[in-house]
This record gives sequence, structure tokens and C-alpha cells, in this order.
Amino acid sequence: MPRTIIEKLWDSHVVYEQPGAPALLYIDLHLVHEVTSPQAFQALRERRLKVRRPELTVATIDHSIPTTDRSLPIVDEIAARQIAQLEANCKEFGIPLHGVHSDRQGIVHVIGPELGLTQPGMTVVCGDSHTATHGAFGALAFGIGTSEIEHVLATQCLLQRRSKTFQVRVDGALKNGVSAKDIILALIAKIGIGGGTGCIIEYTGSAIRALSMEERMTVCNMTIEGGARAGMVAPDETTFAYLQGRPYAPKGADWDAAVARWKQLPSDEGAAYDRTVTIDAEALEPMITFGTNPGMGVAINAPLPQPGQMADPGEREALEQALTYMGLEGGKPLVGHPVNVVFIGSCTNSRISDLRTAASLLKGRKVNPKVRVLVVPGSQEVKRQAVAEGLPEIFRAAGAEWREPGCSMCIAMNGDFVSPGEYSVSTSNRNFEGRQGKGARTLLASPLTAAASAITGVVTDVRTLL
Amino acid sequence: MKFQNLSSRMVPFPQRNIDTDQIIPARFLKTISKEGLGDNLFCDWRYDAQGKPRPDFILNQPRSQGAQVLLAGDNFGCGSSREHAPWALTQFGFRALISTSFADIFRANSLKNGLLPIIVPPDIHAELFEAVAKDPNVEVQIDLPNQTLTTPSGRKVEFAVDSFSKHCLLEGVDEVGYTLQREPEITAFEARRAGSVNTLA
Ligand code: SF4
Repeated sequence: MPRTIIEKLWDSHVVYEQPGAPALLYIDLHLVHEVTSPQAFQALRERRLKVRRPELTVATIDHSIPTTDRSLPIVDEIAARQIAQLEANCKEFGIPLHGVHSDRQGIVHVIGPELGLTQPGMTVVCGDSHTATHGAFGALAFGIGTSEIEHVLATQCLLQRRSKTFQVRVDGALKNGVSAKDIILALIAKIGIGGGTGCIIEYTGSAIRALSMEERMTVCNMTIEGGARAGMVAPDETTFAYLQGRPYAPKGADWDAAVARWKQLPSDEGAAYDRTVTIDAEALEPMITFGTNPGMGVAINAPLPQPGQMADPGEREALEQALTYMGLEGGKPLVGHPVNVVFIGSCTNSRISDLRTAASLLKGRKVNPKVRVLVVPGSQEVKRQAVAEGLPEIFRAAGAEWREPGCSMCIAMNGDFVSPGEYSVSTSNRNFEGRQGKGARTLLASPLTAAASAITGVVTDVRTLL
Repeated sequence: MKFQNLSSRMVPFPQRNIDTDQIIPARFLKTISKEGLGDNLFCDWRYDAQGKPRPDFILNQPRSQGAQVLLAGDNFGCGSSREHAPWALTQFGFRALISTSFADIFRANSLKNGLLPIIVPPDIHAELFEAVAKDPNVEVQIDLPNQTLTTPSGRKVEFAVDSFSKHCLLEGVDEVGYTLQREPEITAFEARRAGSVNTLA
């Protein structure tokens, strides 16, 4: 029977299955960071267990790390303790760590791919919901909780139930000014934040094939915001070209063997999905969110929905509540709305191509003096590349802040935050109440829209500047 | 902790799409233990700018003290995968959640931490909200072995829970223990795949 890539990946990783119980899946790569892991290591210690395969486990520090000068001590005592705890845990259990001063430090979902750790056909887990990012390589990648981290550390396996298969087919060419971020924001606006619940998504179609690996990562990254467990893109020449020569990618004869294996992964002709949604790439506009979940998004020039037009009372109330929090009115478009902060960063959009895109717009221009603009590269590697290309000078000359790598204002755990009531156009992935700081109002958008809004000081359709 | 059958008042929380950032804000994730999270459950709604409890917030009201069941709006627990959310809920005293739907990861995390998420049809969900609105002291009965929930009006509804999670909840055993017994299968699997995986080492 023809199988989808989702089923192939699943079948090849089942270690043991008992009727009535979830399947025991083998995990090829376990990524660890400081926030979700301490209680898992503690539990191992209490049970006197070791890490079964420390060499399949890689740790980094990203969430609570300051994005200011790294030679200074970390002022936030609790963050410092959490970071020190991860360092101690990695040492005790023999896990490689790309720590605060490593030249490979970065957001876990940025460094996995750039180091070549993430490879097609793998199962990848991390105690972080945006692990879905790694699905861009044709890996089965999903976020886990702390008990599951403990489970993987102890057994290199995870108990999982089979998910439904969901094909998202995106065909056609994107218009100028429309990017990968807009594809995923449009999908979530279409299916809703619970639309993918219980499913694993495979992204297919000519528009997906045309995306670079970094753009595919942007799409897969936000899969979780549509409620799906994981999202993936079948590997192809774009994938192989990206991986070849990366530090952990196979070399020589191993590389050829790996590519031959990876070529078997794409879904078979005629494989059936439990569900399919199609999106016409040509019809997409730059997207922006206006509410307090990533599903509350509209085309940038479209009027915001009005609570009065909602038939369902629950939806009406949710919309009213979101608009109140956001200080916005239904019926009008967001374009022209004043902006206080622009954040370009996060595991969704902090890779070199994102920074290049933002720089291309900011070059020779100034950001509006009323706007604080933060550019935070996703990793040390991204930073090095940006420096080599002269991007920091462009950002600084335009009046933006150029920071050290980390999650930063995506989650506002490290001292970078948006003040109460302020509007932030952010390239990150979540706009929940308080996500970017208490009372912060987040508008999610692409790096292009973010850079354009930085220049004008108001929410802007980037096409007016191209 | 073994899951016992329970009769309890319900804390109604009708908002839809409550995400884990609301349940426990990210700034409480810097902890390296599980202690103290219950006090910060729904922190940004529960306390004012000075850190004083807001008397109008439901969790601060006498009716919520000692309640073991949270009656939640649709799609409860979306957003970040943090397990701090079920930890905070169980530390507050909740043992079961009732909604029409839960986010996947949150649901799985809850089951692993002795917190039972119960999915009910929309009409039962509405009935429960009406019942607590009329009388905050009404109780639901939850019978896990028989997988039934009895509403205050006496309607008995079955709910689904997979047999594995049910077994773990009732026995108070956890998944790590289960999997450690599968050691021979894991080793055999690793041996079988030796050349094809692990380009990492
Ligand atoms: S950048 Fe944001 S979403 Fe990504 S891992 Fe960091 S905190 Fe999570």
C-alpha cells in the first residue's frame, strides 16, 4: 500500500507495540535547553538512571540568555541558576553542550539544522513546541514535555500514539512581498489554532518545493500554532544541498548512502491522507495578526473582523476580548496603526536569509525615531555570517539595535520585553497575552512587513516600499 | 499518586483557547524545581499590579478552594508545551479538567501528571456551565474505572480515556517504568539499525 512520508517515518521507528498501549518510538536526536530540562535530570537522579544515549543528545542555552554583551555576568539570578544547572547536568550525564560561550550557541531550532544535526528520516524531539521546525528536513520532529524529556533521556524512546495525516498543498508562485511566513499565517487563519489537532501535517505542492530550507523551516516552525503535532516537507535536492558539508552531516561514502536512503522518504504516488487543505500561493497577501492567538490573522489591507458579525457567541466573545486587549477596533484594517517596537528574531525568522531580507529593506533608510527596533540573530553562526556580510552596520546605521543570539523578545524571559500597552510588530510565532511582556500587544508578521513597519513607524504593506 | 473517584464542585472558566502562557506565564519557567507553581496559576489574572489577589477572579473566591475540577472553555491548554501548566493546576488542587477539547500536548502532559482531561459533548458542556451559574456548590461525579461523569442533574455521560493512560492513572505508575521493562526490544532495535542511523557520534 502506498504510504505517506509520515507513515514511513513512523513505521521505521516503532520499537515495540502492544495492543491498547501507545507505540514505543525510537528517538534519533534529542535536543535539550535550560528551561524544560532541570526537573527531568532531577528525576533521573532520583531514580538512579543514566542517559541512555548521551551522544544522540545535544544541549544549548537560548531561552533565558541575555542578548547583551556575553562577557558580562548574567544579572538575573534565577536565569543564571537555571543556566548553571544545565551546565552541571550536561557534565554529570555526559551530554555535549553548546553553552553561553560556545561559538555554536543559538536557539535550539536554529542550531540543530545549521550544524547538520537534523537530518531527513530522523525522529527529533525537544522540550519545546517549536521542534516542529526540524520537520522541514523530512524529519518527524515534535515538542515534548518534561516527563517525556526524562523518558527519552532514560530510554531513547517515547510512547506515542499514531496521529492522523494531514496534507497542506500550496501551489503556485508567491507574489512579490509575500513570503513563507505569510503562507503559514494564512494557513493558521484558515484552519484555526485547533485545526490540526491530532494530526501531523505534510506540506506539499509547487510553492513549498520552491522554498529554500530556511523558508521551509519558517513554515514548519509555526505548524504547532495550527494545533498539529508536527509538520514536515519531504526531502529533495534543496534539502541535500543545504545539508552537505555541515559539521554533523555524513561525509564521503556515508553521505552517498544517506542520500540514497533519504530519496526513499517522499510520500508514494497515490498515498492517501486523512485530510487535505489546499492554498493558492498566488492569491496570498502579506499577513498580519491582530488578536491574541496566531489564528487571528488577516491580509494586511483587509479590515479586521467585527464581533457583531460573528454568529457563534463563543467566537464573538473571544474576538471582543482579543480586540479589547489589543486596543483595536473591528472593521478597519491594521495598516497605518502606530507601532512602538519591531522585533526581528526568534526560531521562526532569525536565520541569515531573514536578516538579509530585513537588511535589504533597511539599507540606506532610517527606522522611525519613535520605534525601538531589535534585531536578534538566531545563533552565533548566523551572527558570524551577518557580520561577514556587513549586516550589523546596515541595521545600526538605520537606527536598529543589533544583539547577541537567543530567544529574546519572542518569550521575554531574558530582560528584552515590550512594555504594557505597546504595539510590537514581531517576526516571532506567538501573540498570546503577555507573551512579549506583561500587557504587550503583539502583531505577528514576516521580516519584510516588520522592516517596513520599522521604517514608517506604522503597520505597513511592504509592497508600498518595494 | 493513584487516581481515586471523586465528587467535586467545579470552577467554571468559560474562556476559549486558554493557552499555557495564561495558565502559567513564562517568567515562572526559570525555576529548576516544581515547587510553588500552584500559587502562580493564572497569575496575570489572579493578582493585581501590586501582587494582591483580585477578589473578583474566580480562583481567589471561596467557592474555588478545595474544588478538584476545572470546567474549561473549548481548546484549553493551547500554546507552549510547558509541563509547568499541569503542575500548576495539580498543585492548586485540580485532579480533572472538563472541556469540549484540549490541545494535544497539554492533554498528554496532563495525563502524565495525574490530571484527567475529560472531553464532553457541547450540550453537556453547556449544561454544566448553566448548573454552576445557578448554584456554585453543585458537584460532578467522576468515575474513572467506569469512565463516566455524572452531571449535577444526574445525567451520566461516558468519556473516553485510552486504556494505557487509565491504567497508569489508576495504578499511579509512570511511563518511564513501563518503558524500562522494554530494554531488550530497545537494544535489539538499536542493533538492527546500526549503520543506518547515528551520524552524530
Ligand atoms: S525563539 Fe521563541 S518560540 Fe523559538 S524556541 Fe525560543 S522562545 Fe521558543
